[in-house]
Amino acid sequence: MASVSTEASPMNHQQLIPHLFRTEFRKITAVLTRLFGIEHIEIAEDIASDSFLLAVETWPYKGIPENPTAWLYVVAKNKAKNFLHRNDILQKKIVPQIGQQKSEDEFDIDLSDQNITDSQLRMLFAVCHPTIPLESQVGLALRILCGFGIEEIADAFLTNKETINKRLYRAREKLREEKISIELPEANEIDKRLDAVLTTLYLLFSEGYYSETSNEVLREDLCAEAMRLTLQLIENEPTNLPTVNALMALMCFHSSRFAARKNEHGEIILYRDQDENLWNKDLIAKGALYLKLASVGDQLSTYHLEAGIAYWHTKKVDSIEKWDSILQLYNKLLQINYSPVAALNRTYAFSKVYGKEKAIIEAEKLKLINNHFYFLLLGELYKGIDNIKATENFEKAMSMAKTSTEKHVIQGQLDKISN
Amino acid sequence: MDQFMLIFRHEDGSKIASPEQMEIWMKQTMDWIGGIAAQGKFVSGTGLPMDSAKVVNHKGVVTNGPFGDIKETIGGFITVKADSIEEAAEFAKGSPVLQGEGNTVEVRKLQPH
Repeated sequence: MASVSTEASPMNHQQLIPHLFRTEFRKITAVLTRLFGIEHIEIAEDIASDSFLLAVETWPYKGIPENPTAWLYVVAKNKAKNFLHRNDILQKKIVPQIGQQKSEDEFDIDLSDQNITDSQLRMLFAVCHPTIPLESQVGLALRILCGFGIEEIADAFLTNKETINKRLYRAREKLREEKISIELPEANEIDKRLDAVLTTLYLLFSEGYYSETSNEVLREDLCAEAMRLTLQLIENEPTNLPTVNALMALMCFHSSRFAARKNEHGEIILYRDQDENLWNKDLIAKGALYLKLASVGDQLSTYHLEAGIAYWHTKKVDSIEKWDSILQLYNKLLQINYSPVAALNRTYAFSKVYGKEKAIIEAEKLKLINNHFYFLLLGELYKGIDNIKATENFEKAMSMAKTSTEKHVIQGQLDKISN
Repeated sequence: MDQFMLIFRHEDGSKIASPEQMEIWMKQTMDWIGGIAAQGKFVSGTGLPMDSAKVVNHKGVVTNGPFGDIKETIGGFITVKADSIEEAAEFAKGSPVLQGEGNTVEVRKLQPH
């Protein structure tokens, strides 16, 4: 699929290892866990981690290999073989399986694209098993399948590292206790188990798209990985369901704006200031196709609603039809699944339909006084109506903003008022 | 925070509105409910269409709607979260149902579990 560009942008050494860790750690872990069995998941993780450790220790002196990924795979394979040689029980169980046509010494660990894909899909369902609390499922999937650092998972859940470590520990224990097999679920189980899988993929995509935990404005590779995993679900017939297509549509629409979302300094460009010529028409068309495929059946998921909202955002020209459609979709979304972000966006859409004065009344009911985006919205609504209040709200938002990107955007708003 | 039910009572359910008028009411209702949901206070709700409505009377006598001698009809209800009955009543004031003369929104606290 011609998804988001994953071409390596010019990357310095500090970025290379984290980048590879993100994309390769989980592939190695998935393949090895499938090979060893879920009870040895930590060994698989350790081997994957150790391979990166060796890279960090070696590359600064010997130079970065021509194909860093292949280098990592070779190291991981050797470490896995060494581990199997040291572990008689596992060796007896595994080596015959993988070395049918080869002698024991020559057996190979299959890190082909096909086996990686297959193993990851199975792992996705294994870690999202119903016996594990949803929160832990998502955390575990982010760790094992997405290569997230503990700190990033903690940020995603707005909690601390200790909590996440405990949660992951318990989740791994649970995987072991329940002896969960690394298989795709039976047809009658898929619906139930898909929810957690989709939540995880959605979080993975959002992490890439909004990326609050890092100075990198966008992490296209993360979004591309989320889309790739979602596409795997679509290409696998039993999981090719309307909600999955809705999620895919949402991801396509959002990522169509990647190129337009930042300027040459890596700073965020607000939606309304974006050059729509930079929007990726192919991805928009793909999104429309997936949304069409999603609209069979009678289930209306949050992904359908969010994809609908994202669809309307691919039309740059303001119209009452556009903003009223967005408003109604947010109205529905908030009824199913309230979130402060959706409440603020709904109010913005409301202002586009009913004007700023009426929207200010709606906005002030929200009372999201711990959320700087609330004050950003109020500033925006008061702008041109009461510039003193607009300034007050922007300044309040500024004092609460967390990242330099946000501060920069807010300063831009303040500058516009004073000019 | 308690839950309250807002019950929409129409003085005369048999009045026929124009499709345009219905469209406007529908949109107003969606925006009103969306405004409550945006405050994180919406719980659930539904409209109650008149078609195929029945009334079961004393001794099990079933009659079809519209309801003849029953003056008022219930058009729908929503359940909201609110800190007080006053706050719930504030929500009710925004209901488009109240644009119809004689219509009311009854606000009732739900029995806590």
